[in-house]
Amino acid sequence: MLDDKDRIFRNLYGQGDWGLDGARRRGSWDGTKAIIEKGRDWIINEMKTSGLRGRGGAGFPTGMKWSFMPKESTDGRPSYLVVNADESEPGTCKDREIMRHDPHLLVEGCLLAGFAMGAKVCYIYVRGEFIREREHLQAAVDQAYEAKLIGQDNVHGWPFELYVTHGAGAYICGEETALLESLEGKKGQPRLKPPFPANVGLYGCPTTVNNVESIAVAPDILRRGAAWFSSIGRPNNVGTKLFGISGHVNTPCVVEEAMGIPFRELIEKHGGGIRGGWDNLLAIIPGGASCPLIPAADCGELIMDFDGTRAVKSSLGTAGVIVMDKSTDVVAAIARISYFFKHESCGQCTPCREGTGWMWRVLSRMVEGRAHKREIDMLLEVTKQVEGHTICALGDAAAWPIQGLIRAFRPEIERRIDDFSRRATLDDQGILDPAHMAAAE
Amino acid sequence: MTLSPQTTQAIRNAADSHGGAKAAMLEALKLVQAAEGYVSDAHLAEAAAKLGVSTAEIDSLATFYSHIFRSPVGETVILLCDGLSCYLCGGDAVRDAVMQKLGIGFGETTPDGKFTLINVCCIGGCDVAPAALVGPDRKLVGPLSADDLTQLIGGGR
Repeated sequence: MLDDKDRIFRNLYGQGDWGLDGARRRGSWDGTKAIIEKGRDWIINEMKTSGLRGRGGAGFPTGMKWSFMPKESTDGRPSYLVVNADESEPGTCKDREIMRHDPHLLVEGCLLAGFAMGAKVCYIYVRGEFIREREHLQAAVDQAYEAKLIGQDNVHGWPFELYVTHGAGAYICGEETALLESLEGKKGQPRLKPPFPANVGLYGCPTTVNNVESIAVAPDILRRGAAWFSSIGRPNNVGTKLFGISGHVNTPCVVEEAMGIPFRELIEKHGGGIRGGWDNLLAIIPGGASCPLIPAADCGELIMDFDGTRAVKSSLGTAGVIVMDKSTDVVAAIARISYFFKHESCGQCTPCREGTGWMWRVLSRMVEGRAHKREIDMLLEVTKQVEGHTICALGDAAAWPIQGLIRAFRPEIERRIDDFSRRATLDDQGILDPAHMAAAE
Repeated sequence: MTLSPQTTQAIRNAADSHGGAKAAMLEALKLVQAAEGYVSDAHLAEAAAKLGVSTAEIDSLATFYSHIFRSPVGETVILLCDGLSCYLCGGDAVRDAVMQKLGIGFGETTPDGKFTLINVCCIGGCDVAPAALVGPDRKLVGPLSADDLTQLIGGGR
C-alpha cells in the first residue's frame, strides 16, 4: 500500500484549496527554477530514469517520448506541447479530479515538460463536457500568469504560453492525431502515422501529446528524484497511479496507489469490496472499456500494472477498473461497449466504420441467443479483420472487448443460443401458443 | 434573425486569433451556439459567409461534434451517461424513469421547451454512477436513482 509521504496527488479529493496558495502549501512551484537551471538534458534523462510510462493508456515511456523532439529548430518551425485532457474512455474518471482539485500540478508540469522539449507554447485540450474542470484549470493558468510563473516574462526564464482549449463532444478526439486535427479546428479524424507528431504535429510542427496524469506527476518526479519514483512498484511498472474503481463495488472511488498493487487489495481497501462479497465477482475490465475483460478466476492473483494485466491477456489502459458481479448480463455489458464504439467511430476507415456496426448487431442478437453457434467464430474472425487494419486504435479498441468476451464466456453465449433455439423449436410445435398453454393449465 | 453584431465580431476575431478562417470554424460554431442556444441553418450560413468558407464545410464540422446542436434545445440540457459503469449501477432504470417523467426520448425536447434529454458516452462520473451532466455549466450529478429525479430535473415536476 502507498505511504502517505509518497503521494503525488495530495488534494485528490478537494479537501484543501485548489488554487495557487493551496498548491504552494502542498509543494507545487517549489524550486521550479532550480530544476530548469539543471537543463533540458538533465530533465529528460531524469524522466527516462524514473521509468514513468504514459498514463493515457498505451504506457509508452514518457522520457523517451520527450527525447524524440528536435533539440533545436533547424527550419524555423516551433515546437508544441499538447496535453490530452479529452478523458472519455468509459470507466475512467481520474484526469477530471486532477483538473478540478489540483490543477497547478498540471500547469507546473506543462512548464517543465515544455522547457524540456523546447516548446514555448502549450495547448491543453479539455473535452467539451468538462466545464467546471475547465474553469478551475483556466483559473489556475490565470493565477500562474499573474504570479509570473508562466508567460512571456516569467521568473523561470523560459517564455511559455499556455492555452486551455476545449472540444465539442467526440470521443475520437482523445486519439492524439485526431486531437491535433480538432485543435486546428477540423473534424477529429486521426491522421496516418508516420509522420509522427514529434516530426509533423500541430500545424505541421514538432509536437508531443501527453496525458494529463503523465504531465502532472513530472514536477514531483523531478523534485524528489527519479530513484524515489522508480522505487515504487515493480521493475518496468513503477510509480504511483490513479485508479478509478466503479461498477459493482461498495464504495466506488478514485484513488492514488502504488503500481503493482494486487487487485484484491485495491478493491477491498479502497472499493469497499465487491458487492455481495468476493465470491460474487464475475469479471472485471481493468482499464477502461477497450481492455478485454478478465474473468473472476484470474482476478485472485491479479497484479494491477502493465505487465500484470498483460499476463492475463488484457491491459492496464487508463486503470479505470470496472467491476461486474454475478448479477451482470455480461454479453449485454459488452454489447453496450460495442454500441459505444460503433457510435464513436469517425467513419474514416471502412473496417472500423462497417465493422463496429456489424459486431454490435451480431452481439445484440447473441444477448438474447438469436444466433447460430458458428457465428461466434465468425464474429471472432471479424474482430481480427478490424484489429490492426485501421488508421487509429479505435478499431482495435472495439475488437478487444469482444475477443475477451468470447475467450472467457463462450459457454455462456452458447447456452443462450441453445435456450433460444429450444424455445423456438417449442414454438414451432405450437407448445408456446397462448391458446395451447391455456388449455394445458 | 441575423446574428448579433457582437457574435459577428467575435467570429471575425476568432479567425484572427486562430490563424485563419478554417481553423476558426469550430470556434465560430461554439460562439453561435453560446449566443443562440443552437446552430440554425440560417445562422450556419451566416457564420460561413462571415468566415468565407462554404456552408457544407462548416456543416460537416457541426454534425461531426455531438455538442454542436443543429436543432433547438430546451432551457436545461440533460446529458445522461449511458456508459458501462452507469449501466451496471442501474442507469437504464434512471433513463426509463426520466423518459417517462418528461415524456420524451433521447434527442428530444419537452413541449414546454424546458428540458432536452441527450445520451452521452462516459462523462468521467464513474465513481458516482449512474451520472449525468445538467444545465449550461454541465454540473455533474450522481449517483442518480430512478425513484428520485430531483438532481436531474429539480423539484418542479
